[in-house]
Amino acid sequence: MQVQSFFEPSASISSPAPDPRAQTMSIATTAFSADVLNIDAAAVSAGIEGKIREIVLHRLNRKGVVIAISGGIDSSVVAALCFRALGTARVLGLMLPEADSSPDSLHFANLLARSLGLRTHVEDIAGILNAAGCYQRRDDAIRKVIPEYTAAYKCKIVLPDQVNSSAYPIFSVIVESPLGERTKARLTLDSYLGVVAATNFKQRTRKMMEYYYADLFNYAVAGTPNRLEFDQGFFVKNGDGAADLKPIAHLYKTQVYQLAAYFGIPEEIQKRPPTTDTYPLDQSQEEFYFPLPYERMDLCLYAKNHGLQPEEVAPLIELTTEQVARVYRVIDATRNATRYLHRGPVLCQEVPEVSDDVV
Amino acid sequence: MALKDELRQFVTDSFMYGKPYEGFADSDSFIERGIMDSTAVMELVAYLEKRYRIALQDKDLIPDNLDSVNGLARFVKSRLQSTYAGARDAGPIVLRA
Repeated sequence: MQVQSFFEPSASISSPAPDPRAQTMSIATTAFSADVLNIDAAAVSAGIEGKIREIVLHRLNRKGVVIAISGGIDSSVVAALCFRALGTARVLGLMLPEADSSPDSLHFANLLARSLGLRTHVEDIAGILNAAGCYQRRDDAIRKVIPEYTAAYKCKIVLPDQVNSSAYPIFSVIVESPLGERTKARLTLDSYLGVVAATNFKQRTRKMMEYYYADLFNYAVAGTPNRLEFDQGFFVKNGDGAADLKPIAHLYKTQVYQLAAYFGIPEEIQKRPPTTDTYPLDQSQEEFYFPLPYERMDLCLYAKNHGLQPEEVAPLIELTTEQVARVYRVIDATRNATRYLHRGPVLCQEVPEVSDDVV
Repeated sequence: MALKDELRQFVTDSFMYGKPYEGFADSDSFIERGIMDSTAVMELVAYLEKRYRIALQDKDLIPDNLDSVNGLARFVKSRLQSTYAGARDAGPIVLRA
């Protein structure tokens, strides 16, 4: 694949030439393979860059874009797309570490910023979170199921295996004592809600900071969900789910990686395993949310979206038909459970003068 | 109140928010009918543990046991019958599923 420099933004906002593969993709449902997720990175990138210019400068009437960069693949690709679309003077990268953040996140975010020549600000949000009681409230909630837990422990929450059993996706908490001893306990309803409500302070505080800088510079805020995250509601409402534009919400994560390779995003970032970076113990996205690693989850989601039966998908991703059927059911159940997250404020009566169509 | 009636009452009060129960059969899947998500399952587990004084293990948290009024009644009944202390402490429950 050709690697293109960040410093070669696409020349115009005109639509890119249609990807000849797109036609093949739509009709080649009988020969399902991982190739269905292959994209023409140059064309896809140019298309999104044009959209970013149109949305930010014309529809939203803002001078640039703020992006929280975590050192992960999604925010790195969104930052690169915005940089290519708008140029360095109109993009601000924010690094927003807190007490539980891995030092790796700041390292990788800095790496990205240097490779792009991105303007950045660092805001440590631990003080705000502490003042809001984020850590204290979370720890209190964990103590409801593990009384000996203290702030000196590390913790994460995990789901049961959703591929090999039909167990409900009910979270457990894993804590690690200062001596390295691990304890696992299933969360009760009130402890679960307490942990989630408290940790959601993190995403919402980050968003508050993003909008501070957006207001300061008259910028828009770019969100960074990929299609898997967007579809499955893997975000905090009015936290990382809030944004003025979401440039890669239609791209499967596999495709986000293809853009990253095309842009020449630093290798370390491309090879870094996806992480939530929300709890002190390392936590993969699979144990926290998705039933499968992203490569196979993408293929299941794509196949389901295109009406393919589990038996057509199973051989490709080395699962049984029953396992794929379970993943399909999880996708549907998660869509239903997270519909509320996508929904904006619901009015009791329409106000047509300020509806989206009018503005 | 009979066990099934009590369970049905809990489900309708807690998850259906006054929506009519008409057309909802005791064999219907709560998940397929869209009235229960995983948070609701946690609420259901808390109710079962408190009301019937039974402890649910991780292996019990499967749709066979918890995804319909019939499944719930079967599960609770089997637990109460196998745990004398549970049955004794659970208050006036009529085991007429």
